[in-house]
Amino acid sequence: MHPERATMPVTSQLFRGFPLAKLWGSSLFPCQRQLPCCPTSHRPTSSQPHPIWPTAMPVRGYRRSPDLHSYNLTPPQVNSILKANEYSFKVPEFDGKNVSSVMGFDSNQLPANAPIEDRRSAATCLQTRGMLLGVFDGHAGCACAQALSERLFYYVAMSLMPHETLCELEAAVEAGRPLSPILQWHKHPNDYFTREAQTMYFNSLRTYWQELIDLSSPGESLGPREALLSAFKRLDSDLSLEAQVGDANSFLHYWVLRVAFSGATACVAHIDGSDLYVANTGDGRAVLGVQEEDGSFSAHTLSNDHNAQNENEVARIQGEHPPSEKKTVVRQDRLLGLLMPFRAFGDVKFKWSIDLQRGVLESGPDQLHDNEHTKFIPPNYHTPPYLTAEPEITHHRLRPQDRFLVLGTDGLWETLHRQEVVRIVGEYLTGVHQRQPLTVGGYHVTLGQMQGLLAERKARASLAFQDQNAATHLIRHAVGNNEFGAVDHETLSKMLSLPEELARMYRDDITIIITQFNPHVVGHQRQGGES
Amino acid sequence: MHCSCVWSSRALSPALLPRLLSHAGCWAPGTKPRGIWSSPRRLASAVETTQPIPLPSQARVVICGGGIVGTSVAYHLAKLGWTEIVLLEQGRLGAGTTRLCAGIVSVAKPISIECKMADYSNSLYEHLEEETGVKTAQYSLSEVSKLHPLVNIHDLVGALHLPGDAVVSPPDVNHALATAAAGHGVQIHERTTVNHVMMEKGHVTAVETDRGAIECEYFVNCAGQWAYELGQASETKVSVPLHGCEHFYLLSKPLPEPLQPSTPVVMDMDGRIYVRAWQGGVLSGGFEKNPKPIFTEGRNQLEIQTMQEDWDHFEPMLSALLRRMPELEVCEIQQLVNCPESFTPDMRCLMGETPGVHGYFVLAGMNASGLAFAGGAGKYLAEWMTYGYPTANVWPLDIKRFGNLQSSRTFLRHRVMEVMPLLYNLKVPRWDFQTGRQLRTSPLYDRLDTQGARWMEKHGFERAKYFIPAGKDLLSLDASKTFYKPDWFDIVGAEVKCCKEAVCVIDMSSFTKFELTSTDDQALALLQHLCANDLDVPVGHIVHTGMLNERGGYENDCSVVRVKKNSFFIISPTDQQVHCWSWLKKHMPDDPQLHLEDVSWKYTALNLIGPRAMDVLGELSYVSMTPEHFPSLFCKEMSVGYANGIRVMSMTHTGEPGFMLYIPIEYALHVYNEVMSVGQKYGIRNAGYYALRSLRIEKFFAFWGQDLDPFTTPLECGREFRVKFDTDIDFLGRASLLHQRQEGVSRRFIMLVLEDHDTELDLWPWWGEPIYRNGELCGTTTSSAYSYTLERHVCLGFVSPPSLDGSPAAVTPDFINRGDYEVDIAGQRYPAKAKLYPFSSLFAQQRRRKDEMELSNFQGK
Repeated sequence: MHPERATMPVTSQLFRGFPLAKLWGSSLFPCQRQLPCCPTSHRPTSSQPHPIWPTAMPVRGYRRSPDLHSYNLTPPQVNSILKANEYSFKVPEFDGKNVSSVMGFDSNQLPANAPIEDRRSAATCLQTRGMLLGVFDGHAGCACAQALSERLFYYVAMSLMPHETLCELEAAVEAGRPLSPILQWHKHPNDYFTREAQTMYFNSLRTYWQELIDLSSPGESLGPREALLSAFKRLDSDLSLEAQVGDANSFLHYWVLRVAFSGATACVAHIDGSDLYVANTGDGRAVLGVQEEDGSFSAHTLSNDHNAQNENEVARIQGEHPPSEKKTVVRQDRLLGLLMPFRAFGDVKFKWSIDLQRGVLESGPDQLHDNEHTKFIPPNYHTPPYLTAEPEITHHRLRPQDRFLVLGTDGLWETLHRQEVVRIVGEYLTGVHQRQPLTVGGYHVTLGQMQGLLAERKARASLAFQDQNAATHLIRHAVGNNEFGAVDHETLSKMLSLPEELARMYRDDITIIITQFNPHVVGHQRQGGES
Repeated sequence: MHCSCVWSSRALSPALLPRLLSHAGCWAPGTKPRGIWSSPRRLASAVETTQPIPLPSQARVVICGGGIVGTSVAYHLAKLGWTEIVLLEQGRLGAGTTRLCAGIVSVAKPISIECKMADYSNSLYEHLEEETGVKTAQYSLSEVSKLHPLVNIHDLVGALHLPGDAVVSPPDVNHALATAAAGHGVQIHERTTVNHVMMEKGHVTAVETDRGAIECEYFVNCAGQWAYELGQASETKVSVPLHGCEHFYLLSKPLPEPLQPSTPVVMDMDGRIYVRAWQGGVLSGGFEKNPKPIFTEGRNQLEIQTMQEDWDHFEPMLSALLRRMPELEVCEIQQLVNCPESFTPDMRCLMGETPGVHGYFVLAGMNASGLAFAGGAGKYLAEWMTYGYPTANVWPLDIKRFGNLQSSRTFLRHRVMEVMPLLYNLKVPRWDFQTGRQLRTSPLYDRLDTQGARWMEKHGFERAKYFIPAGKDLLSLDASKTFYKPDWFDIVGAEVKCCKEAVCVIDMSSFTKFELTSTDDQALALLQHLCANDLDVPVGHIVHTGMLNERGGYENDCSVVRVKKNSFFIISPTDQQVHCWSWLKKHMPDDPQLHLEDVSWKYTALNLIGPRAMDVLGELSYVSMTPEHFPSLFCKEMSVGYANGIRVMSMTHTGEPGFMLYIPIEYALHVYNEVMSVGQKYGIRNAGYYALRSLRIEKFFAFWGQDLDPFTTPLECGREFRVKFDTDIDFLGRASLLHQRQEGVSRRFIMLVLEDHDTELDLWPWWGEPIYRNGELCGTTTSSAYSYTLERHVCLGFVSPPSLDGSPAAVTPDFINRGDYEVDIAGQRYPAKAKLYPFSSLFAQQRRRKDEMELSNFQGK
């Protein structure tokens, strides 16, 4: 949960009586953003005994027993925390006929919230070509992000299917025949599906494809850009609709409301051969790692953040509402002074009219009545909707120098600069798989200098070798970097041993998917495509 | 003329020192300083011509490989008077490993035959110059007091100086050998690739090259790295089990104060490096713990191209170098050289005629000691080709110690990764390789393994060493690599005790088993010719016999059972599988009525040792197994449990009472289970080879391959009673034995029982310890074991009286009985009682049969 991002039960209860603006504007914000990367305040050699939360403790009023101070994790403990959610997928090398531009991906996530509110998905489209990868950052609970992680790719896959395939699908369902699989999921054991809701999800999806069939004619299919756009918007409207309709099953009814009243951003990549499409809603980010001719890596961002730092977004939102709301629609860098991302799924509090919200809540299950958050109407709520799930879509034609794509939730990007991210991943990937061999050539190198150089390389390599997963390696840096930009066990140990209720103050949930491209295939396909 | 060499090791075992020193002492240094390390290009000029000379259409010998090994073979063949020798090299002479190797001739080698070869190489390289005028650049011994200016000695406890070691330039030696060989009429053709070796009826007939075919009688594969591939490229595939590994060494620029060429070579075994002087700087390489095997897939290329340098891989060795010689830090790097070397599965080279193909010889797999061995190995191989055998026992190097089973590329790749680091490891007694294991196993393997068996490997076959009793702390057993009392001492002791008092079962399935059958008496005739003992015995009798060569030496030591009138079952040691097969095949007449079959895989062999063995078997077969009904050295097919057709033999290879069961493998588990369950009330337990070894050594049983070799005759080891002198059958080696009997033997196999040796605290004898008589060196031990019965160490070994006039003196009973013998273990001499016969009286209380019955069972495998 993002206390600074949206209201949530815990914080709203904790800080009842405080002016909301003060809560979001001042005390928490600096320490969250600065502490992990602020060099002076928590240098390990600092004279302060527990330099990591000196400012946080008095503000939050937390008093912890001394056992809190013994946060020394051993390296294996650190590794087991970092590796708990790591997942790798290698695209199998077939007989050369089916060479994929994607070699595989590494993904991982590190919770700060308990439970984690980030989700991730990866799947191969079986009825069409290409691979889908996405990271989802939930707020005000994980329900919406969970729903996205299960459903969004089906909507995209449907949108991509040609008319005939959709008809076959419909005919199969009609006749009760088994369906040919649509997606091959690449899931970590911890990534789960909400079994109870599958029938409802399926019915919504079926309605969608029936509409797609009606709207298209034989031989037609949507291009990836239109498909992504349509899928994003459709799913968000389905989330909204399902919450309004409710369900006879009270658990499901409660569930659909939780999904609709929570929110999530989505950053999804669709990769088919050399064509890379990124659809982004919110402040997740997709960054391409480009290897320059000198072997170094540079970052090429493929998405725009939808938040207050993006002037276009601020202008868009202000333009969508009457001039009288100009001051209130974005306050303190938040939508209506509350929400950090300016686009999101769910979050019907920012989309429905006040009447609709009240009506739905009143007819909803009893559990909702105790929930402060859902009852709360944002201030200055005059001309909804204020929020959309419409994605911004970028197309990129992959080049041989494009080595990998990093999809990450804002938890990553607020701790590491994208250039740094790309450098770390690039060095990890080349270091592990093709470390540049050292040659003396004609230079004057003494044995002592060489020994020093080799020792340094060895140290770097051994750090990389701890991780078999590039995403884990990146998280290690994101969490454990000291002021010199090097991973420091003490920092890691401190950051990872924070108690649940404190962790969120120093870092956000981090979810990363790093997709590696096959430069040979990419180059070949480009040539083939151009000729 | 020589460069000295310093071996240093913090952990160098005291036991190793005298062994190394004894080799070191055998070489007298000379002086003749020379220039150093000439360019490899220089060497080709003498034999290279711009237009290739046409190949001859026929030759007597074709040698493939123009490295130092190939040229050495050519040189020595020519010296022995061979003509029509053609040497083919696919690239240029010495362009492979020879071009790059570091040029150290060290004479400190693990086994004596290797020391002999290195010694000879050393002297050969010295004399080459006189013969050819080509300088082979060796360096003088420096002052022993100030051996090396750069060595950091702070963490050393000792160092060993080998003044006999030399440094030469391998390309120069290669060139010199080639020049000398050419001078003796050898035709050398470069840029000629051997594609295929043609054979007919198991004989080499011709060699096909990219420049035409050459008919020949003999072919020598000296192709180094490519010997494996070349072996595969012949009509009958020849297995040359070797595999390449990358090997790195560093060349530095000259030091501010140039290092003198006379500076000794330093070998830091703990740092895994060697360092020698090179053009005022140093040359330093090593044998790392994590070798990089290469060419697993094979690569047919002309020369070993300039291989990639890998500094990250070299880092541990660079650190070791700077630790040993900190002053080198300021020294600049010239180059890191990657020089692939070939390694074999047991760290020893491959030499000799290949099994199955007459005229196909191999000399390859030098394990990074090509320069040190090439001279000696070339000489032995040339002798082998000339006389049919070399002038020394080269069995440890004989290619026939391997078979096809060691030819898997995966096996070789994994094994050489273990072998290469071993070069600089301390070689502890009873080393077992960890890689390439569990290839051949008995059907009982899993059963035995779950009962705590610890395994060793012989010829790919897993054999139990001993069984760890349930509840024994396993961790403490990991430290069995010691020169002192090993941690299995009590475990083996308990197994031996059980063999003496109750009954033990040892799985001995690894033995080589052949069946020789014929329609008429051809099988008997062949065996009567090959075996020293008389095989014309009634059906069902077992005969222990040697198979001797013309000199009367043991080529094999086996037990032969006359199963039927014209059918014989031959049981030989495990590692004889290839050698014995080819020995039999070589002497077998081309007769379709005579049939030899390898049935090793068909039988599981269980050895029931102990006084209660007859009770167990009696119960399982309802047949009385007492000596009255089942005399010693007798074989019967009978039923054991439900299984019928089990060959039961009254022998145990140890001198203890008991039986060997040869069980068709499908019955193995049944018979084992029955034996174990019936045996329970007699106290049966599993035992391993260590117990067997202790038993056979205390009974003075010699072991082929360790005590017996092709240069040892039955007379020298007191086995005259196994020679059919009383018949007039002319068996192989008879003339030599008769001659020796007349002249008297000049060396004698004896048994030494150590006195004043503290088993707990003193270093143990293992093998190879010097034997002294009245203070004079008179021989070495060949095997030893702790006798749990005598509660003493027993060493077996050969002694010979000092020759007075240069000719060998005959051994007299007085020489054995009237001398004060001592065995030297790591510099400490222990008095020992020398015996010609086992202490039969000591075993009297356990004897259930007549003395001579067991005495005739002088058998060890």
